Amino acid sequence: MGSDRSIPSLTADSLNPKVLKCEYAVRGEIVSLAQKLQQQLQANPGSYPFKEILYCNIGNPHSLGQQPITFFREVLALCDHPTILDKSKTQGLFSSDSIERARQILDQIPGRSTGAYSHSKGIKGLRDTIAAGIEARDGFPADPNDIFLTDGASPAIQMMMQLLIRSENDGIFCPVPQYPLYSASIALYGGTLVPYYLDEATGWGLEIRELEKQLETARQKGINVRALVVINPGNPTGQVLAEENQRDIVEFCKKEGLVLLADEVYQENIHVPEKQFHSFKKVCCSMGYGDKAIPLVSLQSVSKGYHGECGKRGGYMEVTGFSPEVMEQVYKLATLNACSNISGQILATLVMSPPKVGDESYESYLAEKDGILQSMARRAKMLEDGLNNLEGVTCNKAEGAMYLFPQIRLPNKAIKEAESRKKEPDAYYATRLLYATGIVVVPGSGFGQFPGTWHFRCTILPQEEKIPAIVSRLTEFHQKFMDEFRD
Amino acid sequence: MTTMISKSSKCSRIMSRKALDYDQINENVKKAQYAVRGELYLRASELQKEGKKIIFTNVGNPHALGQKPLTFPRQVVALCQAPFLLDDPNVGLIFPADAIAKAKQYLSYTSGGLGAYSDSRGLPGIRKEVAEFIGRRDGYPSDPELIYLTDGASKGVMQILQTVIRGNGDGILVPVPQYPLYSAAISLFGGSLVPYYLEETANWGLDINNLRQSVAEARFKGITVRAMVIINPGNPTGQCLSIDNLKEILRFCYQENLVLLGDEVYQQNVYQDERPFISSRKVLLDMGPPISKELQLVSFHTVSKGFLGECGQRGGYFEMTNIPPESVDEIYKVASISLSPNVPGQIFMGCMVSPPQPGDISYEQFLRESKGILESLRKRAHMMTDGFNSCKNVVCNFTEGAMYSFPQIKLPPKAMEAAKQAGKVPDVYYCLKLLEATGISTVPGSGFGQKEGVFHLRTTILPAEEDMPAIMDSFKKFNDAFMDQYEDQRGYSRM
Repeated sequence: MGSDRSIPSLTADSLNPKVLKCEYAVRGEIVSLAQKLQQQLQANPGSYPFKEILYCNIGNPHSLGQQPITFFREVLALCDHPTILDKSKTQGLFSSDSIERARQILDQIPGRSTGAYSHSKGIKGLRDTIAAGIEARDGFPADPNDIFLTDGASPAIQMMMQLLIRSENDGIFCPVPQYPLYSASIALYGGTLVPYYLDEATGWGLEIRELEKQLETARQKGINVRALVVINPGNPTGQVLAEENQRDIVEFCKKEGLVLLADEVYQENIHVPEKQFHSFKKVCCSMGYGDKAIPLVSLQSVSKGYHGECGKRGGYMEVTGFSPEVMEQVYKLATLNACSNISGQILATLVMSPPKVGDESYESYLAEKDGILQSMARRAKMLEDGLNNLEGVTCNKAEGAMYLFPQIRLPNKAIKEAESRKKEPDAYYATRLLYATGIVVVPGSGFGQFPGTWHFRCTILPQEEKIPAIVSRLTEFHQKFMDEFRD
Repeated sequence: MTTMISKSSKCSRIMSRKALDYDQINENVKKAQYAVRGELYLRASELQKEGKKIIFTNVGNPHALGQKPLTFPRQVVALCQAPFLLDDPNVGLIFPADAIAKAKQYLSYTSGGLGAYSDSRGLPGIRKEVAEFIGRRDGYPSDPELIYLTDGASKGVMQILQTVIRGNGDGILVPVPQYPLYSAAISLFGGSLVPYYLEETANWGLDINNLRQSVAEARFKGITVRAMVIINPGNPTGQCLSIDNLKEILRFCYQENLVLLGDEVYQQNVYQDERPFISSRKVLLDMGPPISKELQLVSFHTVSKGFLGECGQRGGYFEMTNIPPESVDEIYKVASISLSPNVPGQIFMGCMVSPPQPGDISYEQFLRESKGILESLRKRAHMMTDGFNSCKNVVCNFTEGAMYSFPQIKLPPKAMEAAKQAGKVPDVYYCLKLLEATGISTVPGSGFGQKEGVFHLRTTILPAEEDMPAIMDSFKKFNDAFMDQYEDQRGYSRM
């Protein structure tokens, strides 16, 4: 009994249909196009009306010139190559507190080597430090055993989707617009995305009424809604939740038996003085529920904040309110990959326990950190103002995170042109923008949006001195585009 | 507390169960088992906390047992982590010039240093070096576009299995014994594991007739067999496949329309000279068309093993051969969801595939360090095999490659009875007793799969060379006493 030679195993139509179904626009079509243009530009400078491609599609700060925090890199370099710790010449090249910190960390690592697999939740001593950092941030204790260090926050989300999704009858509540890791993972693991719309008119507000309405609709369709994803500060929308709002969300999850997946990777990116970050764990604890009120997964990452260490793949999830049996299953999933990369674990620890007042590196650390965060706030404002000046464009303030998500009102002619090219209107706009200016943004359809509205996501990350030119090129393009398609 | 009354009766029944109640989570997660960090490891950790000295031989984790990292890659990565060092006039006092040059080269591969996401497939510059390494190794050019870097080989394995398995009607051929990442991943993705048994008496050889039989049985049950996994050198068994064996396997996969998944992470850990490592890809290409142009193959490698032993860096890659472009696009798409593999791990991969060359400042040191480790591993492979074979009721094939020893423990009926009383599988029982008596933490053979009624344990050959005699002594004392205690007067003739 042989098999059909004409259909080899790995042809496109014989792959796992869930793989075929999932989409991830942040590195999707427009980025491939941009890379092609970049190659053409390199081979043939002058072939386009711009000198360089500006990648504003992805929250990747170092790729656009942001510098790493010196103290963190010192400690990482010393942990990677501890042989030099004992050399006197090292004192001249590294700050004394980074040497001290590296020694401390190496003492906590079995074998004193970053080359050994660790415990699958991450090195215990590092988790202790992170727990202490969480407590310092929130004013409520954290248990190191609840912490799972992961290769960035993304694998943690994938683990949770794997755990929660049994079939397409299982639904996961996601904000619209959302960071498409969620939609992609839900599709990959065979579940159903249950949308809840953020209200653009009220600064992307999260309304409990909307949650209740969507929950009812989903249940009537026979979907078991299992978890609620909240991204705070929001991506792509940038809003920072008010504490009262967060309390309502916790009550809602408690009432409806939902797991709360709190994506808090932008917790240190707050651009406006009137808003503050409050972790959902703190909110739960402050409501008198302790940390067992609801099953809560809180995510943090080394990729964002002021450190922006995307390439290191460091992060953690703090898992509270799960039964011991379920925790065992989460742990088991973690063991399949052995452990997350050790260097990333160390970095996550440093992010949660940076230099303190009195440390040798404190002043320079603070200057670097403040410099980056203040510049981000300025860039967010400059871009927001520039976008709001465009015809038919409104852009909510970016209270936090690293993005602007303007709404573009496209004339019917433009929409028809897009349709004739079998493209989403915002994708068409983004493509035209790319060809005219070299600026790469992600069409709003990649994040989800209220039907009939169009947006794009642009990062605030290009170097500050480039922002005026970006604004003027964007303005020029937009005017021409509107002139071309105006009704 | 008010409860929302839903109009749908179906939903109101469900509403009283919470999402994370144990019976409400994905069954596939519960089904997946991974013994390497399972019961024995947890018990060993408990005992360690209580102050007992534990020798962890449960996982191939060289640095945890005292193996030193190679100097050159560490110098390069440290310089890449802290590029401000490169601007310091005194950097040459503690870093050699070739490490400095290499660090500058690797930083130039990135756009923004180690802290920027790379291409989701990995830095093009590193992938090019991997392709060149493969080309030198096999004598055939390799395409960097078909090489994807991953956070360890395990992530790559999981990604490919997820792509292949559509549902429980899809079967994956897996050797028994096997490294349980495969069984766990297949469970997790809802597929079916189709076992093919390796022949212990033939040095864990692969009999093509076993394969045919396994496939026929699976098909009879209505399973579509989609892929075949080979682990070469083997884990836990260590055997190195011969060219003829590889040819047979390739032909078989071609005839049966299977994609071959070649786990070759131990390719630099070979301790005999009769069967050096030869890659599946080389054998395939040597066979010429049509098979060389049609047989679908994915090959896996890592920085965790060999002589680098850099497990904690999570650096790996997979190389695709004869995979259609549309499928490659889908694999790329899934990789992009995780954004990018960690960049320091990619730098380690570069250092592994492009090591110091004769004439380089660091070459002598590199040669000394790498040779030292490999020679010692070879010695320890012998020490352990001989040590096990000197024990009562223990038979152990030689560790031809990889990092493990997988002795067969012939348990007397009384011991099996005692295990049953304790509610444990026999080899788990034996390994727990071994742990409690000696502190040696192993993984029971049942974690890897074995023939019915035949028991093994897996240990690594990684404890330091100077500790080996004492460890083998300790094992022998425990084992022989255990066997004396449980030996039936009639031997184990009732087995």
